[in-house]
Amino acid sequence: MWRWFHRLGSPRWFYQTSGRWLPWLAVLTLALLVIGTLWGLAFAPEDARQGNSFRIIYIHVPVSFLALAGYYVMAVAGAVNLIWRIKLADMVMTAAAPLGAALTFLALFTGAIWGKPTWGTYWVWDARITSMLVLLFLYLGVVVLRNSFSGRDTAGKACAILALVGTVNIPIIYKSVDWWFTLHQPATIKLSGAPSMHPDMFKPLLVMILAYYCFYALVLILNTRTEILHRERRTAWVNDLAVSELAVTELTSNEQ
Amino acid sequence: MHPLRKRRLLLVVFLVVVASAAVGLVLYALKENISFFYTPSAVANGEAPHGPIIRVGGMVVANSVERNPKALDVSFKVSDGANAVLITYAGILPDMFAENEAAVAVGRLREDGVLVADEVLAKHDEKYTPPEVADAMSKAYEAQQKQKAASGKLELEKSISEKTESAIQP
Repeated sequence: MWRWFHRLGSPRWFYQTSGRWLPWLAVLTLALLVIGTLWGLAFAPEDARQGNSFRIIYIHVPVSFLALAGYYVMAVAGAVNLIWRIKLADMVMTAAAPLGAALTFLALFTGAIWGKPTWGTYWVWDARITSMLVLLFLYLGVVVLRNSFSGRDTAGKACAILALVGTVNIPIIYKSVDWWFTLHQPATIKLSGAPSMHPDMFKPLLVMILAYYCFYALVLILNTRTEILHRERRTAWVNDLAVSELAVTELTSNEQ
Repeated sequence: MHPLRKRRLLLVVFLVVVASAAVGLVLYALKENISFFYTPSAVANGEAPHGPIIRVGGMVVANSVERNPKALDVSFKVSDGANAVLITYAGILPDMFAENEAAVAVGRLREDGVLVADEVLAKHDEKYTPPEVADAMSKAYEAQQKQKAASGKLELEKSISEKTESAIQP
């Protein structure tokens, strides 16, 4: 098990293995996204009270799920780097921060679009929305903190500590609608018990959640690969890779 | 595990636990102030201040919405089951505002306990149903109510006839 763990820690091994899996993951993500979007937007019935405006749920809920789950990905990667000093973990963490920030922004943005016709306002300072805004600032804080250090090791440690302290916010976001009176409604999908949603509407939502998990994995791997190439640009294997890529492009241009 | 890594692991766990405890204590201290709105019962118990802008939320009581036909003035009651608060508002209500649905009003409490709202927000619940299903459900509910009423009436008639019979019989 430890050998596997250490091999996983090798950026080169990760780059090569993920390269083999990427096309499959990309195809799966695209298929799920297309099926889920069409199903949710065109075939799912409209809501009795909200009409068609409820359909934003097919983006809002998956994006919010991944904004929360992605924070744990970032924090755990930071902790692994802090404890075992694995370079790849730091690269994953670097890759996860802007991605999480983008997803959190999308969750807030789609929520605001939905809030206007439903609640009558784009924004309220209730516990759910405010804690989500804190999450956005935590993600952006990690991005900014990393860029403010010149030494990579120090930056990694500082970001890991910030990310770990920030994990406190995740259960707060998740439970905010139950702990306090908020304008945001409680969760439709519950861990225990059936969802308070008609199955015809719920099935496309499940597909979309799955699609966004795949999308997250895909973008995280792509971001990590870029980070690997950037950090290992002076190593022999990346140079060999660049040379062989160049040769391939030259070969194809000569053929033409 | 290597002792150095073990120490780092403990440090990470310590960091998360201490941060959680600190935030937990802060939230516990601010418990009253984090909620987005006061319930009508809190207003009735005098927990909501008179003067500053507050929010009061609850179910809009059925048949309590009264509109001024010549202006935008509207008044309605929100209730949490135990108590109700009368709210007056001059403005356009959100589309999702309806009786027997939750709403949150933002405004100042008058001395007589009426909330003069500057803004009314509709609070949506977490349930989603297609229109046909909602129709069928409300029809089923109405039928059930009718049946209940009918059987109640039957029972009432039965008891009356029994009583009359017993009265007639010596």
